[in-house]
Amino acid sequence: MTKNIGKLSATAFTQLILALFTLVSVFPIVLIIINAFKSRDGIFDNPLAFPTPETFSLVGFTKVLDKSPFLHFFGNSLTVTLVSLVLILLFAAMAAWALSEYKFKGSRWLAIYLAFGIMVPIRLGTVSILELAVKLELVNTLTILILVYVAQGLPLAIMILSEFMQQIPKELKEAARCDGVGEFKIFFQIILPLIRPAVATVAVFTMVPIWNDLWFPLILAPGEETQTVTLGVQQFIGQYVTDWNAVLASLSLAVLPVLVMYVFASRQLIRGITAGAVK
Amino acid sequence: MKRFSFWHVVIFLAPAFLIYTVFSAYPLLDTLRQGFYTTSDTGQQSWAGIANYTKLLTDPQWSESFWNAMWNNVKFFLIHMCIQNPIGLLLAALLSLKGVKGAKAYQTVLFLPTLLSVVIIGFIWQLILSPLWGVSESLMTHVGLGEHFAPWLGQEETALITLALISVWQFVGIPMMLIYASLIAIPEEIIEAAVVEGASPWRIFWTIRLPLILPTLGLVTILTFVGNFNAFDLIYSVKGAIAGPNFSTDILGTFFYRTFFGYQSQVGSATMGAAVATTMFLVILAGVGVYSFFIQRKLQRHSF
Repeated sequence: MTKNIGKLSATAFTQLILALFTLVSVFPIVLIIINAFKSRDGIFDNPLAFPTPETFSLVGFTKVLDKSPFLHFFGNSLTVTLVSLVLILLFAAMAAWALSEYKFKGSRWLAIYLAFGIMVPIRLGTVSILELAVKLELVNTLTILILVYVAQGLPLAIMILSEFMQQIPKELKEAARCDGVGEFKIFFQIILPLIRPAVATVAVFTMVPIWNDLWFPLILAPGEETQTVTLGVQQFIGQYVTDWNAVLASLSLAVLPVLVMYVFASRQLIRGITAGAVK
Repeated sequence: MKRFSFWHVVIFLAPAFLIYTVFSAYPLLDTLRQGFYTTSDTGQQSWAGIANYTKLLTDPQWSESFWNAMWNNVKFFLIHMCIQNPIGLLLAALLSLKGVKGAKAYQTVLFLPTLLSVVIIGFIWQLILSPLWGVSESLMTHVGLGEHFAPWLGQEETALITLALISVWQFVGIPMMLIYASLIAIPEEIIEAAVVEGASPWRIFWTIRLPLILPTLGLVTILTFVGNFNAFDLIYSVKGAIAGPNFSTDILGTFFYRTFFGYQSQVGSATMGAAVATTMFLVILAGVGVYSFFIQRKLQRHSF
């Protein structure tokens, strides 16, 4: 009897703690989004209320979309993130294949060299990266952002993909080789399709930091043409600090795409992290 | 049986190797080199030995701001270690209990903030803590703490702690997920054996689970360390490059940015910036070194 009560209260305690932290982590985001849909009076009179027919207003959103090329920023972020991701996956898979499949002189050193970037942040090389960008005339282009993000994402992606490649049964490759299939064909037609499950894991670890980065867009591509969402919002808010409707709307516009993506991909994403972390 | 040729290796490795070398490894090495040079007014670089480092560590003005940033960064890191990681451990431990209703849903929501941009999070909290809007003040009044409200982000004594707590709020999902993953990887039999022996859940956690996940706790520590000593976005978006009030929120990232690009009357310097970046590199390298030589060696991963 007492044991049951103890168990019951333990369950209640667990639920209470988890619910409390969940509330704390979601409240600020919800607060910003509901207030973005309110008039100025609504925002200040009762911040915690959901928009009502009297307080509902889209004035913030129209201001943001009028005064800044938000959709353009969004397009820039999308281009940079997706192109970087594709290149990281392709190049990392190729390198991981060479490192895990072919044993050659110096392969171990090469693996260590490539793994170095996992722990050492590429930001520390900013002084030289900027000089390089100036020399190559790539300042204020999306290309330089993509190149830097690919360099940043490769080390971890190579490590994760190598682990996956080592699990591919030997027989599969040997059978293909016995049939006289070339190495490139083996890689592109047999290996690449097999590592698809790893894509989710690699995507989480590479896409999120790229999409959210402020440092490199700020330094390498601050021009209006090439601003990403993160930099665009940062600059916009700096300019319209006192316009609460516009500020709240621009924050919501930056949050909503990530929220929508998360609704669709969260299960896969979380599975990817838990699977990747155990390794 | 050699099935591959030299060219296979070259072609498979070349793209990754070249991009990584040109845009990551070379800039890092070149930054280390530039730390030993100085720039004249005409933009010519010349060898300066360790002059930049002596200036950084002994010149009264430079060393004061450097040590201020370093000390603030240490505080920033310690707040994460003392608050973020224990909370992450607590949440992971609760989530990994058997039969917790809604565990997946909790996990999903708790992890959400880590996906958002630090810049956006910084602005969101700036609004929430703003005395102008009064959201926090009215919330605190509801629970009877109204008089304790203060403009925490604006005060010299509290600004850094507040920013660190914002960062903790955002990133607590990462230790939570990593620790959760290693907790659920512990084989059932070990726990069951302990239950049969009559061990209490509390005891099982401290004497069986915790020792088994020590490698993950080590990993969480080093990830927190590298992330914190490389932080910039949050301070920059909430406080700007000046990291006010009165540099009380200045950390190495913002100090590096100001040194490199200059601010107000101080002219930016690439070579001095390189020296600061090199110092940050050494700090991070020291952390990673301690981690790999002591922690990882002692804490062999348990493979089941």
